[in-house]
Amino acid sequence: MTITVDGINKRFGQFQALNNVSLNIPEGKLTALLGPSDSGKTTLLRIIAGLESADSGQVAFSGKDVTKLHVRDRNIGFVFQHYALFRHMTVAQNIAFGLESLPRKQRPPKSEIQKRVSELLEMIQLPHLAQRFPAQLSGGQKQRVALARSIATRPKILLLDEPFGALDAKVRKDLRRWLRNLHDEFHFTSIFVTHDQEEALELSDQVVVMSQGNVEQVNEPTELYARPDSRFVFDFLGQVNVLSGELKHGSLSQGNARVTLPGIQHQGNAQLYLRPHEVRLATVPAEHANLPLRIEAVSLIGSEVRVELRPEGWASEGSDNIWEVGISHAEFNDQRPARGDLRYAVPEVGHLFTGKDTQPETVSWAEADSFPRVRLIN
Amino acid sequence: MSTANQAGAVIQQRWPRTGNRSKRVLPGFGLSLGISLLFISLILMLPLTGLVMEVSAMSFDQFWFVITDPRVVASYKVTALAALSASLFNGVFGLLLAWVLVRYEFPGKRLIDAVVDLPFALPTAVAGIVLATLFAENGWYGQWLSNLGIEVAFTPVGIVVAMAFTSLPFVVRTVQPVLEELAPEDEEAAVSLGASDALVFRRVIFPALWPALLTGVALSFTRSLGEFGAVIFIAGNMPYVSEVTSLMIFVRLQEYDYAAASAIASVVLLVSLVMLFAITLWQARYLKRVEGR
Repeated sequence: MTITVDGINKRFGQFQALNNVSLNIPEGKLTALLGPSDSGKTTLLRIIAGLESADSGQVAFSGKDVTKLHVRDRNIGFVFQHYALFRHMTVAQNIAFGLESLPRKQRPPKSEIQKRVSELLEMIQLPHLAQRFPAQLSGGQKQRVALARSIATRPKILLLDEPFGALDAKVRKDLRRWLRNLHDEFHFTSIFVTHDQEEALELSDQVVVMSQGNVEQVNEPTELYARPDSRFVFDFLGQVNVLSGELKHGSLSQGNARVTLPGIQHQGNAQLYLRPHEVRLATVPAEHANLPLRIEAVSLIGSEVRVELRPEGWASEGSDNIWEVGISHAEFNDQRPARGDLRYAVPEVGHLFTGKDTQPETVSWAEADSFPRVRLIN
Repeated sequence: MSTANQAGAVIQQRWPRTGNRSKRVLPGFGLSLGISLLFISLILMLPLTGLVMEVSAMSFDQFWFVITDPRVVASYKVTALAALSASLFNGVFGLLLAWVLVRYEFPGKRLIDAVVDLPFALPTAVAGIVLATLFAENGWYGQWLSNLGIEVAFTPVGIVVAMAFTSLPFVVRTVQPVLEELAPEDEEAAVSLGASDALVFRRVIFPALWPALLTGVALSFTRSLGEFGAVIFIAGNMPYVSEVTSLMIFVRLQEYDYAAASAIASVVLLVSLVMLFAITLWQARYLKRVEGR
């Protein structure tokens, strides 16, 4: 089932939660609604589910208008952040609830309900806990039971509101993988809400980035990461280094920092956005860039060495005036950068924002590679 | 290391290891518990002991004779039936009232919330007189009801009305907080699974509510068993028909027969205690099962 959202507005008192939101959710895909708190993502999900009604606009499932349809008739599965299991019912009773709630004519016989419940228990790998009460389960187990409960009636649409938000990191990772498999096996059209960009990028087929009641950008995770449309999306999808300055004759400068931007005609204020992996560190300035930075901290944890640097003689925008550059462990062992050392950032790919609401222009200094690569030399 | 030893010594100095007193964070446990126990003894236990002592002066035959007097037995029946009807009525109406007060916003909500406590605040005799006046044959309600052929004042029905009035807050005030704490997600989850409103109430809301509701009804019942002030004005107090047990106690006191009064009182006391204990035990077991504690 495809889900179409058209011109949805929602207001809570003075607060505009959703501002003319339109969206297409493709069939059989796992879509993430990503955004900071108060971006309207949960409200949108609840409107799609029918738990909340929009002030104006339309929701359609496979072209059929369901705006006026009650949530109980929409045949969706909904998973809550805090599980919302019925605490006076056992795990098995919880899972059976949806089937037992069907109108008498559609309700399967008891034996069939029991069979389906044990199937689902098998699927969530908790058949031994069938007779337990929710209070006796861990968070991860509760969420799996909640998932099994929501898909017991075989809905075509699965909606998840921050499903892993209340779980700790390890369990979250397991459940993420498990949800992905579940989705691939059953081919729901799924939407999940999250504020965790890593979760969104890792898990979904399509990411919808939201901010302040607006959809900022919709794209596949890889495309979204490669080509963010706006400053907001850039900022939200992880660490970014910014050089804000005056653009004149194809050169962006601020203080004693300077970057040449080949093929850029624009004059005036501009910001250059650089991701940690799009920058190298050198001991001498490159031909196209002079970005002196002093090393503040070096973190060796993870697959990459993270170096935090403070601009020297100029200032960065946001992120506490800190730049972050990722280098490989091999590079680190070669050059041993240490706190207090002076380095020059050498951008390889950058994203230039000029106007207020314009899309960024991607700048590549590929030719820099044809020069002998400036390496860190001690 | 030596610093650690020093620190240990300091701690030992500040918290002498006598008993596990050092583990308590809040001070004053001994004092507050002492005062509480003293108060409970003076206000609750001592009078009850007096009652038991008064009764124990009787022989069992005397005791049995007093408490099985036909007129007294008739009063047990009237009282128990009326209290049961009143508490059941309160169970339904109190639940409804609590539901309205928690779930909906409307003008005057706070006023109604305050009025619920009125039966606690009002002297019960006042309530009895007011009810008797209202339900009397020429009263505001009574004249309408008598047109329909229903007599309330000076009949057992009047007793039910008075008992229901004085014990309503028990149900409302026990159910209200539980209702307030019900997570809206539970209902949303049930509805998203396709449950009808009636089913949501029956299978999700009511099971969460009913331990509290039962407690409220039981409190309402035990309170009604002993209700005196409000009841006697409206009951009519006809022997074998509309005499309540608390009136029988009063009658024995009027006759200066303290032992008999105590004997009857001890029956009421015993029934109330057994009921409250049973409910508490049952509830603890139920919650233990559900909470997994």
